[in-house]
Amino acid sequence: MRVGLFIPCYIDQFYPRVGAAAVRVLRRFGGPDLHLEYPEGQVCCGQPMANAGLPHESQPLAETNLKALSGFDAVVCPSGSCTSMVRNHYAPFLEGHPGYEELQAKTYEFCEFLTDVLKVGSPAGRFPHKIGLHNGCHGLRELRLGSGSERNVAPFDKVRSLLTNLEGLTFAEPERPDECCGFGGTFAVQEEAVSVMMGKDKVADYRQAGTEALVSPDMSCLMHLEGVLRRGGDQTTRVLHVAEVLEEATREP
Amino acid sequence: MTKTAEHPDRARAFVADDARAHWHDESLWFVRQKRDRQVHSVPEWERLRELASQVKRHAISRWPDYLEEFEKNATALGAKVHWAADAEEHNRIVLGILRDAGVKKITKSKSMLTEEVHLNPYLIKHGIDVTDTDLGERIVQLREETPSHIVLPAIHLKREDVSETFHDKIGTESGNADPAYLTEAARQHLREKFLGAEASITGVNFLVAETGGFVVCTNEGNADLGTSLPRLHIACTGIEKLVPRAADLAIYLRLLARSATGQPITTYTSHFHGPRPGGELHIVLVDNGRSDLANDPQFRDVLNCIRCGACMNTCPVYRRSGGHSYAATVPGPIGSVLNPLHALTPRIVRESEQGEGVEPREGEAGDAHGSLPFACSLCGSCTDVCPVKIPLHHQLLALRKTVGDRGLLPWGKRIGMKAAGKLLNSPKLFGVAGRLARKALPVLPRAAIYNRLNPWGVGRDLPPAPPKSFKQMWRDELKQEASSPGDPK
Ligand code: SF4
Repeated sequence: MRVGLFIPCYIDQFYPRVGAAAVRVLRRFGGPDLHLEYPEGQVCCGQPMANAGLPHESQPLAETNLKALSGFDAVVCPSGSCTSMVRNHYAPFLEGHPGYEELQAKTYEFCEFLTDVLKVGSPAGRFPHKIGLHNGCHGLRELRLGSGSERNVAPFDKVRSLLTNLEGLTFAEPERPDECCGFGGTFAVQEEAVSVMMGKDKVADYRQAGTEALVSPDMSCLMHLEGVLRRGGDQTTRVLHVAEVLEEATREP
Repeated sequence: MTKTAEHPDRARAFVADDARAHWHDESLWFVRQKRDRQVHSVPEWERLRELASQVKRHAISRWPDYLEEFEKNATALGAKVHWAADAEEHNRIVLGILRDAGVKKITKSKSMLTEEVHLNPYLIKHGIDVTDTDLGERIVQLREETPSHIVLPAIHLKREDVSETFHDKIGTESGNADPAYLTEAARQHLREKFLGAEASITGVNFLVAETGGFVVCTNEGNADLGTSLPRLHIACTGIEKLVPRAADLAIYLRLLARSATGQPITTYTSHFHGPRPGGELHIVLVDNGRSDLANDPQFRDVLNCIRCGACMNTCPVYRRSGGHSYAATVPGPIGSVLNPLHALTPRIVRESEQGEGVEPREGEAGDAHGSLPFACSLCGSCTDVCPVKIPLHHQLLALRKTVGDRGLLPWGKRIGMKAAGKLLNSPKLFGVAGRLARKALPVLPRAAIYNRLNPWGVGRDLPPAPPKSFKQMWRDELKQEASSPGDPK
C-alpha cells in the first residue's frame, strides 16, 4: 500500500516531532507492505482563508494539494481539522476535477487510518501517565472519530480505544469531555478574549481531573492549550499528539 | 469602514468580569446537562430529530397549500386570520385590532416573533400599556432591556440584580433577594396586570394545518392566565410554525422541552381551537423574510427552528459572551445565522433577479450583524444538539463567505488573507518564511513578539520554535527510515 503523508503547515513548521512520530508509528503498524511517502509539493489545506470568509483564496491551495496528493492508495493526515477540510469542504473548489472524489474518499485522519484501515485495535505498549484526552471538535463532529456527548448513539471513541491497552496509562475524566478548547483557527485571533477564556477553562477542567499529560489528535488545539498552560506558569505538563504517545509507548527498548 | 468588530468588543467586555462570565457559563451548562440526561432517556431520540427535520422541510416545501388549509380550518373555528408581509404590517394589524376593540391595556406572554418585529415599543408609542407576563421577560422589561436568551430571557441577571430591579420598579424591600419573596412579589404584581388587561397577546409554538388550531407552550401558565380573562386574544406567529397534522405534535412536543430546559414536557401545553365562547381570536401570520429563506437551498433549513434555545446553551461562545453581545433579538448560533441572513437576503434576492450590483435599500446595509458568523469556533456542538437538525455550523461557515463576497470584511483581513494564500500556496516561499520565523523567534525580545499587533500573544505563549521543519527532517532522516526494511526503532 502506498501511503502519502499530508502534514499540516503548522506541524511542518512548529511541531515536526509530531510528523516524525506519525511516520514511525505508521511504519511500525503498517508492516512491510506499507510504503510511506511525503509528497513535497503539498501545501496548507486552505482552512484559514475559507474560515475567514474568503474561500476563493483557498481554491489554488486545494488544486495544488489535489495534484500533490493524487495517486496514493491512502493519504494520512495527523489532524482531524485538516482532514475534514479535504473531505468535507473541498467540493466547491474541486468538484469535477479528475481525482477529486478519489482524494476525498482516501484521505484519512491518522487515528482513523490506524483503526479503520490498518485495524490495529488497541495496541500493547507502555505509557505510565494519567492523560487528559482532548478530541478536537472537527475530528469528533465532522469526522465522527467519536460519538460525542450531544447525540444519543451507541458510545464509541476511536482515539481513546487506540490508547486503552497501554500499560500504566489512565484517563483523567474532565467534567466537560468534549467541549471546544477555544482554538477554532482564525477564531483564536478574531475572538481573542473568548478564545483565551475557553482555553483557560479547558486547562482548569483537565487539571482538576488530575491530568499529567494533555493528549490530542489535533495539534492546533494543543498549540492553543499549551500556550495557555505556559502563559499560566505551567512549564511541566506534557502536551502530546496521539502519534507521539503511541510512538513512545510502543518503541522497542 | 465596516462594523465587523462588534461581537468581539462586546464579548471582551463580558469576559472582563470573570466571575460573572463563569457564573453565566455554568448556569447554562447546567441546563445543557439536564438536557443530556433527558435525551439519553429517549432511545429513539435521533430518529425523532430526523422526523422533525423532515416534517418541517415537507411543510415548507408545500407552504402555500398548508397555509391555506390552516386559514380555512382556523376560520371555520371562528378565528380571524390576518397576513403580514413584514414587521411593519404586522404591528399595524395588531394596533388596528386593539383600536377597533377600544383596548388600552394588554398582557403578552412570551413570543420571540413580537420581539423580532419590535411590537412592544410600537404599541407603547401608540398609547397601549403592554405588560410581558413571562417572569424573565417581565424582569428585562422593567429594566428596559431586551431578553438575552430566547427561553431564559433574564439568564444574564443574578438574584441580586432582580432584587434591585424589583425594589426600584415594584417597591419590594431593598436588599431582599430571597427567591420565594421575589417570586411572590412578582406574582402579586402580575396578578394585578392580568386582572386589568382588556386583551391578551400570545406567541405560538405550533400551528396545525389539519385542525386550524395552535399550541402555546409555557412553564408558568401565563399564556393561559392572560387569555382566560379578557375576551380578545391575538396570536402572533411566524409562518414557519406550521406543521401539517395534529399527530406531528407528538414529535415536536417531545423534542422541545427536553432540548430547551431538560424537562420531559413543558408545564403547560395549551391547545387553542377558535375563540372561547363570546370571545374574539385573531391570528396574525407573519412572513418577514421567511419565504425568501424558503427559496434558498443553502439556508432554508433555518426555518425548521422551534426556538428551543439548546444551541445557545451548548455554545461555548454564547455561554462566555452573554446574549447581549450579539446585539440581536435572537442570539447564539441560530441568531448568528438568522440575523445576518435577514439583513442580507432581500438584496441577494434582488440581485438574483436583476443581476449583480444592486444598490442596497435604506436599512438594508447588511453589515450590522457582519461579525456574528465569526463569533464561532466552528466546534459543531450546536448542529448535534439541534432537535430539528439545522446544520448550524456549516451555515455559519457559508455565511462567512456571503459576508466576504459582499465586501464586508475589514480591509486588513482581506489583504492579509490574500497574502497568506499566496505564501501558503508555495512550498518554497512557505519553507523560507518558516525558516526565518523559526530562526527569529528564539532570539527576539519578548516585546517584539508579544505586543498589540499579536492578538495570539495577549493571553497565550507561542510554541517554542524547533530547529528544523518537518520537510527538512524528512529529507535528512525520516525518508531513509521510512524506506528501510524492518521496524524502525
Ligand atoms: S436552531 Fe435548533 S437548537 Fe437552536 S433554537 Fe432552533 S431548534 Fe433549538
